[in-house]
Amino acid sequence: MFETLSHLALQQYWWFIVSLLASLLVFLMFVQGGQTMIYTLGKDEIERKVIVNALGRKWEFTFTTLVTFGGAFFASFPLFYASSFGGAYWVWIAILIAFTIQAFSYEYRSKPNNVLGKKTFEVFLFLNGFLGTILIGTAVGTFFTGAEFIIDRYNFVEWQGAAYGLEAVLNFQNVALGLAVFFLARTAASLYFVKIIDDEVIEKRARKQILFNAIPFLVFFLFFVFKALTTKGYAYDMESFVVSMEPNKYLNNFIEMPWIAAVFLVGVLLVLYAIFRTYLKGGSRGFNLGAIGVVLTVLALMLNLGYNGTAFYPSSVDPQSSLTIQNASSSEFTLTVMSYVSLLVPFVLAYIYYAWRAIDLTGINKKDVEDKDDHTY
Amino acid sequence: MIENIMLSDLSLVNWSRGQFALTAMYHYLFVPLTLGLSFLMAIMESLYVKTGNPEWKRITKFWMTLFGINFAIGVATGLILEFEFGTNWSRYSWFVGDIFGAPLAIEGIMAFFLESTFIAVMFFGWKKVSKKFHLLSTWLVAIGASLSALWILVANAWMQYPTGMNFNPDTARNEMLSFWDVFLSPVAVNKFLHTITSAYVLSAIFVIGVSAWFLMKKRHIVFAKKSMVIAATFGLITGGYLIFTGDGSAYQVAQKQPMKLAAMEGLYDGQEGAGLLVFGMLNPDKEWNNDEEAVLAKVEVPKLLSILGYRNKDAFVPGVTNLMEGGFKYTDEKGNKHTALSAEEKINRGRIARTALGDYKDAKETGDEQAQKEHLETFKANFQYFGYGFLNNPGDIIPNVPLTFYSFHIMVGLGFYFLIFFVLILFFLFKNTLQNKRWLLWLALVSIPLPYIASQAGWIVAEVGRQPWVIQDLMPTIAAVSRIDATSVQITFWMFAAIFTALLIAEISILTKQIRTGPKTGGQ
Repeated sequence: MFETLSHLALQQYWWFIVSLLASLLVFLMFVQGGQTMIYTLGKDEIERKVIVNALGRKWEFTFTTLVTFGGAFFASFPLFYASSFGGAYWVWIAILIAFTIQAFSYEYRSKPNNVLGKKTFEVFLFLNGFLGTILIGTAVGTFFTGAEFIIDRYNFVEWQGAAYGLEAVLNFQNVALGLAVFFLARTAASLYFVKIIDDEVIEKRARKQILFNAIPFLVFFLFFVFKALTTKGYAYDMESFVVSMEPNKYLNNFIEMPWIAAVFLVGVLLVLYAIFRTYLKGGSRGFNLGAIGVVLTVLALMLNLGYNGTAFYPSSVDPQSSLTIQNASSSEFTLTVMSYVSLLVPFVLAYIYYAWRAIDLTGINKKDVEDKDDHTY
Repeated sequence: MIENIMLSDLSLVNWSRGQFALTAMYHYLFVPLTLGLSFLMAIMESLYVKTGNPEWKRITKFWMTLFGINFAIGVATGLILEFEFGTNWSRYSWFVGDIFGAPLAIEGIMAFFLESTFIAVMFFGWKKVSKKFHLLSTWLVAIGASLSALWILVANAWMQYPTGMNFNPDTARNEMLSFWDVFLSPVAVNKFLHTITSAYVLSAIFVIGVSAWFLMKKRHIVFAKKSMVIAATFGLITGGYLIFTGDGSAYQVAQKQPMKLAAMEGLYDGQEGAGLLVFGMLNPDKEWNNDEEAVLAKVEVPKLLSILGYRNKDAFVPGVTNLMEGGFKYTDEKGNKHTALSAEEKINRGRIARTALGDYKDAKETGDEQAQKEHLETFKANFQYFGYGFLNNPGDIIPNVPLTFYSFHIMVGLGFYFLIFFVLILFFLFKNTLQNKRWLLWLALVSIPLPYIASQAGWIVAEVGRQPWVIQDLMPTIAAVSRIDATSVQITFWMFAAIFTALLIAEISILTKQIRTGPKTGGQ
């Protein structure tokens, strides 16, 4: 069935898959957000244990989504994988380390003889939540603002940025996206705690945190979106592949692809509704609606970035080197093969949903984490 | 790509290789136990569900705790490994990403989610889901773990034996032509089976060793014996298969990577009816072009190397010197006869291919179609040796012989030892005298590190033995590395070394504490 699609259609399909994974990742980073709130919400040891365990049941979903996002990006747009990871070395290494220190911290935190001590593992969780979100957001910011690289005629990258990627933090628009992701993750974490933790005191504190984090999230997010929509963007001609600067490119994309604009608006409204509903009334629906809202918002932004003759990874030093879904992609054959594999995605989402619900059916409380018969962190 | 390799690149490529080796070796300290222990847990839990005996549940939960401690670090190091293809080997990532990326993505979609989703059910679902659904989850974790090994090993096998692809001069990369050729290549099939069975054997020895300690301490005797029966049976079956697939792997190496085979056996002057060394000491003064003896002391099984490599007791096995000088006759897989080229000639042809690619690009820019066609033909005629064009000296095609040689022999020796070990354990278990055989219990305990050594040695043979290639004959490591400054890589190398080492210490400390606590409380 995929054989009948053109190379361009396959590229668009794969950009959709990569965007979907990216949007799921941003939503799932509520785990990271929650890790920065362990001491804000947990005032004694047992409360912190409840919070850590509430997150500990979910961290692997985020982690696996990150790994799969990397693998899918590599398989479908290898030139991006080669250019960005190999050039913006220090940013990606920092992100990797920020996630590496998470992977064992849950398991080791409360185990006897863990050498480094409980506090160290909690610091690791905090650093993962703080740096992981901000750095990923900042790195994705360069998808809009551009990075400093040149692609030679053998499609090998020469990185021009002085700090191998760390120069991205000098552009406030990138950092604003990073901070938006960070505060969004904390907002979503608060919604999650309200939903899952069966403890009035913690729930009350979490509800308060919703507003404290939603406000800075909105400030940074709206700033980023306003800047992106009102400045020049990197457009390319889909016939000649020549890259040019187009005023209000990302705004034009929304106008020319109104269905993406609609998805974006619905997403943003859902997030806002989830925030206010849960802040005012509590309950578990806010988290679910917020999840859908975050996924739709990020999906729409990513689709805007890749479709309609837009360079998704622009080079600010040599715009003609910019990466597009057409010049960075795998061959038609590989994309076709991979498209068959992608048919597994709905199946995967279905069993994740099923297993997630089975575990979350009863929520979590102090009694659960004190039960010596259960696996706890 | 056309530019010449500078000396300064050597430091960069060496640090990059060091960093990748560090990550891979640490990763592989944790992965095999995950692969095998998950199956052992699944078998134990199946017995619990089938018999309803709570002792089996206790056993399952104890090993599950150890599994969780070990699993976490495999995940942490695995993340770095995946992204290092991009950060440190970006030119490689482009050159072969069209083929190499697919298994990595499939691994994520097909295997990692299976593993991580059902791990959550496995650990937290004892009281939340039905017995049968829990058991299914444990099996799915085991299957998910082995599936992830499958895809990454398919990717690795492709680097050793690139197949099912075609070089596209316009994009300057290799593009996939046949997914099935990549997936079902004989190297991939053998590599997967050999690696996965080695992981099962490692886990079996781990479980036997830990159980032996309980028997020595006279604690949890029933628990220890039940665990041992399962592990030793599992180990014996998979160990037999390990040796069988080891033979298959050696055959593939002989066909596809003759230089690696020569290094594995320390064979410099090829011979017909070559013997296999059971034991040997290499002469450190031996070079490919001097007359020194290659092996100083040896115990050899006559003709075995020819049989192993070519399924013919009189077959000619080329040595390092033959492969350098060329001139010997050989038959390829399709049955065509050839005379081998010298390393120097291969380098010349590789350079012709590289120049032709550059000329083709020039002609394309000027729109000269006739010239494009000619250069493309020259390129295609010599593409087979493309990677050689990056090398400066013919000697660069020889891997580190002593490291490959000793690693290979340590691995093979240990492999046979494991089989005898499982037989012994099973024999005394069935005679019900194992707990009195203190020497064997001690042997079981001190055997725990041995399969780790064998696994690491196996990877050294596979990866050091194929140097200088990152993709056999098509791309040497020096052409694959990301062009960043060597100091950055040096810094990240030490950062990773510090993190991984701290992790290893924490893991061993936690693990031994949990083992000492034992299944009663530790299993919960």
